[in-house]
Amino acid sequence: MIPLSHYLILGGIIFSLGVFGALTRRNAIAILMSIELMLNGVNLNFIAFARYLPQTMLQGQVFAIFVITVAAAEAVVGLAIVLGLYRNFKTVNVDEINLMKW
Amino acid sequence: MTLKLGIFYFLAAFTVWAAAVVVLGKNIVRAAVALIFGFCGMAALYVLLDAEFLAAVQVLIYVGGITILLLFAIMLTSRIGATTARVVNDQVILSAMAAVGLLVGLIYASTSGIPAMSGPPRLPETTPFLGRALLTTYALPFEAVSVLLLAAMVGAIILARKE
Repeated sequence: MIPLSHYLILGGIIFSLGVFGALTRRNAIAILMSIELMLNGVNLNFIAFARYLPQTMLQGQVFAIFVITVAAAEAVVGLAIVLGLYRNFKTVNVDEINLMKW
Repeated sequence: MTLKLGIFYFLAAFTVWAAAVVVLGKNIVRAAVALIFGFCGMAALYVLLDAEFLAAVQVLIYVGGITILLLFAIMLTSRIGATTARVVNDQVILSAMAAVGLLVGLIYASTSGIPAMSGPPRLPETTPFLGRALLTTYALPFEAVSVLLLAAMVGAIILARKE
């Protein structure tokens, strides 16, 4: 059987890649994609724990379902905001938009 | 058992490669397509973890829904095939340090902070169990998430509508 730590490390790698992308990408849609990656890394950890915990009641899988739902809602609202930004500024590069920034 | 481990390593390498293309790729369309591959790799990993229902949900919602939505947004906002000169902002070095630090911490915590667990040899049928749990133990969060989806839908329509 594959050790639990393998899954946790894989989830950590994907989460860290997502963090890096969310902090550095200029395109707002790429930032949203990085956030989806981070949520996926977390989901992998949840499901791995649901599989490996003794006497599991599948709480991890239930939480993963909720995470997926919230991710879908987040993507929809985020993309609507991006489209609104593009309509007003003609760009989706976040470092060229200084609305609501200090 | 070694076969299973080999499959895991293959899927892990595939998923990490796809995630790296998403994060570092210059072309935004290519990044979105790589995201599809990454989600599929994730779904295969879920199957490896005996979570067949979540693998199906992953393919349906992420691959079939979110990625298509992202591709629509890309096509509405930027020229297809345009590779911009700079895809990253000025905080690259700081962000890389933060991400690597986070990764080191996570690897340390997952290798030394958690006892080795094995779980039951094989999970029973998970899908009926999940359905029952969602409508009994987790009925309240289930309803809350339904309201959240409705609110997100209304909000997205209002935000994206032309005045």
